[in-house]
Amino acid sequence: MLSYLTRRVIYGALVLLGVNLATFFLFFTVNTPDDMARLNIGGKRVTPDLISKWKIERGYDKPLYWNDKKEGSEKLTDTIFWDRSVSLFTLNFGRADGESAGDIGYEVSKRMWVSMQLALPLFILQVIASTTFALVLVMFRHTRWDLWGVVLCVVMLSISSLFYIIVGQFLFSRVLKLAPISGYAPGLDVVKFLVLPIGLSLLARLGAEARLYRAMFLEEIGRDYVRTARAKGLSEAKVLFKHVLRNALIPIITSAGAYLPYVFMGSLVFESFFGIPGLGAYVIDAITKQDFAIVRTMVFVGSLLYIATYILIDIAYTWADPRVRLA
Amino acid sequence: MPKFVLLWTDVVIWLLFLTMLGYGWLVSRSPTWRVSWGKVFRDAPALACAVLVLLCLLLTLVDSVHYRRALPAGAGSAPGAVAYEPRTRSALDAMLSHLIDSRESTYSKPLAYVGFRKESVEVNGKVERVAPRLQFGGVHLKNPEQEWVGDVTARAVKGLIGGAIVAAIVSFLMIAVLARNAKTTLREMWQRVIHDETPIPWRVALITIFSVAGVFGPIVALMDWYHVLGTDRTGNDVLFQALKSIRTAFVIGTLSTIATLPLAVILGIMAGYFRGWVDELIQYIYTVLSSIPNILLIAAFVLMVQVFLDKHPELFETGAQRSDLKLFLLCAILGLTGWAGLCRLLRAETMKLRELEYVQAASAFGVGPMRIMAKHIFPNVAHLMLITTVLEFSALILYEAVLSYVGVGVDPSMNSFGGMINLARSEMSTDPVVWWSFAAAFTFMVTLVLAANLFADGVRDAFDPRSRAFRPKRISTRKAA
Repeated sequence: MLSYLTRRVIYGALVLLGVNLATFFLFFTVNTPDDMARLNIGGKRVTPDLISKWKIERGYDKPLYWNDKKEGSEKLTDTIFWDRSVSLFTLNFGRADGESAGDIGYEVSKRMWVSMQLALPLFILQVIASTTFALVLVMFRHTRWDLWGVVLCVVMLSISSLFYIIVGQFLFSRVLKLAPISGYAPGLDVVKFLVLPIGLSLLARLGAEARLYRAMFLEEIGRDYVRTARAKGLSEAKVLFKHVLRNALIPIITSAGAYLPYVFMGSLVFESFFGIPGLGAYVIDAITKQDFAIVRTMVFVGSLLYIATYILIDIAYTWADPRVRLA
Repeated sequence: MPKFVLLWTDVVIWLLFLTMLGYGWLVSRSPTWRVSWGKVFRDAPALACAVLVLLCLLLTLVDSVHYRRALPAGAGSAPGAVAYEPRTRSALDAMLSHLIDSRESTYSKPLAYVGFRKESVEVNGKVERVAPRLQFGGVHLKNPEQEWVGDVTARAVKGLIGGAIVAAIVSFLMIAVLARNAKTTLREMWQRVIHDETPIPWRVALITIFSVAGVFGPIVALMDWYHVLGTDRTGNDVLFQALKSIRTAFVIGTLSTIATLPLAVILGIMAGYFRGWVDELIQYIYTVLSSIPNILLIAAFVLMVQVFLDKHPELFETGAQRSDLKLFLLCAILGLTGWAGLCRLLRAETMKLRELEYVQAASAFGVGPMRIMAKHIFPNVAHLMLITTVLEFSALILYEAVLSYVGVGVDPSMNSFGGMINLARSEMSTDPVVWWSFAAAFTFMVTLVLAANLFADGVRDAFDPRSRAFRPKRISTRKAA
């Protein structure tokens, strides 16, 4: 187990290195810092002076990979690559590109908790709601209810999440006035602000996930152990909720786990629509302001979370299925 | 003589159409493929949706012929030299030119003859707040309060009749072709179709054609006289925007999935076939790629594309060419970032296949690895490719809306569902609510995506032997004959 985990972690670090190299190449070699400066300053006011000032302020005036002018190890460390790419591994994110933007690390650590308040309950409720709905469909299999349930799922998954948000905000906040349209407050008040985004997000993903889980359950239900359980006289509910559910856990963990990175990253669209100051909203702000430093950092943070998640999923397998041994 | 403009996406859309025709011809010649596709169309929802998707494809094709009109020769221009309009039009624009020209000043409700907002107008020396008459919508009404209902109904009924006639002609042609193929009389074929006794449920296709005609007949009849779906903030016709958005959605859906194919297929089969270090390397590449949250990766690429377009203004002559190039690059980016899933699937399947006897035999006969992969493995994983392509299509249309919201989608100057929803977002919070843009985007988008999804389900059921058991069984209401 331990040696397996070590190997996974090393591989994860390699992947992270790859991500880092790729983003660095994309952001600094495909386009030079000069282009970024031009785009960031914008308009007709672009002069060489302004560009070089912009670059010096952000430390982009150094050479990319190799600094000839310095001595010793500074040849390597006094470069953009070292400042902006290698230092990410020490979670030192540097400052953002925007005029008044501050330290990225501070923002990330502050906003991460806000995102989690939205995403963690959402994640748990999501798994519960989707599996329950799927199990109910499976319970009514080969009947009209199942047919219409699946039709409902397909219709639901054909509707863009933006529609859920806009209609939901309109209906629940404007017409019924049940929840505030958007906003955020620290402390216990947060519940009031989170109910609507969580509910709508649940709805938006329910169709796709319930249909997927239903297929997984149906795959399990043809197995021999299910027949045995029935032969032994167990009730249908017991067969489904105890035997089938536990055995279908593995694929469910895999597919639900794919959402885990977003528990920390936050759902981009939902956060920005509901004005929740989490990481997702941060990313969208950065994209609209064309702040490359933030986007670059968030690519790194996102992949870090993703890799960590997959290691966690592997551990979860051993818990869900005693047959799985990590070696 | 107008100057034809070949946009990047036009080229690809037309090439795609020709490829589809070629594939259709191949299918009609190959008995096995015919059986599989027969299964797809035997599924009633899939057939109905195929008709809908096909109509959207036709619209896309018409909207993919672009040209610039010649300007009348000016006084100072040299003889022989022709100047062209800076605006690029498509064949669809030409057909719907009335909708473009009839621009109002601001919002108006669907089928309205007055504006949505009241304005201060002087009536008999007193200033009153009244809704002004529209410049184009319903101008032919002399006495709108009394005539409006009658006029709209009369035109809608006329449209309905016209639509029914068109649908009847199309169905007649369809049945004639069917009868010729089945070598029966028209009457006999008609009976069989109407009683749903044909192997492929053509009755469903007929119903779909008539419903589409029933919806679009009145719309076509009314659209020259009214703004059927209202106008947006700058007075543009919403119906026109929605129709134009179909092309954008279609281009994104098809182009992006096709862009994933080369990398996914070549790398996936190579990884599965060679194994060893090739496999390790390819796995590493796609793990790196898929460990970056998709939307961030796309955003990063799109930002870079923006810088690139900023730097190379010589690549496009007009604004339309610029936004089209942006759309094309967006599709390429979606393809470049989205191949990991299919690649993983193909790798696993190839690993299974390469152990089978027929591959071993080929290899024992001294067939080279390239040939084995191309001739023996590729045809046997092609169904996975097809299934993924059709499944991805609808997902990408949905994705476009999100990307446009995030600000990394298509150019704002291009009509797209994402753009419409984005604008609708602020309109929904005004008072009174401007709901029609949102409703139009919703209806068109859901119809297209739902149709694509159901069609994809049909394709998957026909081509994937594993998934068939998981569909809800059709509940038979009729007794078995």
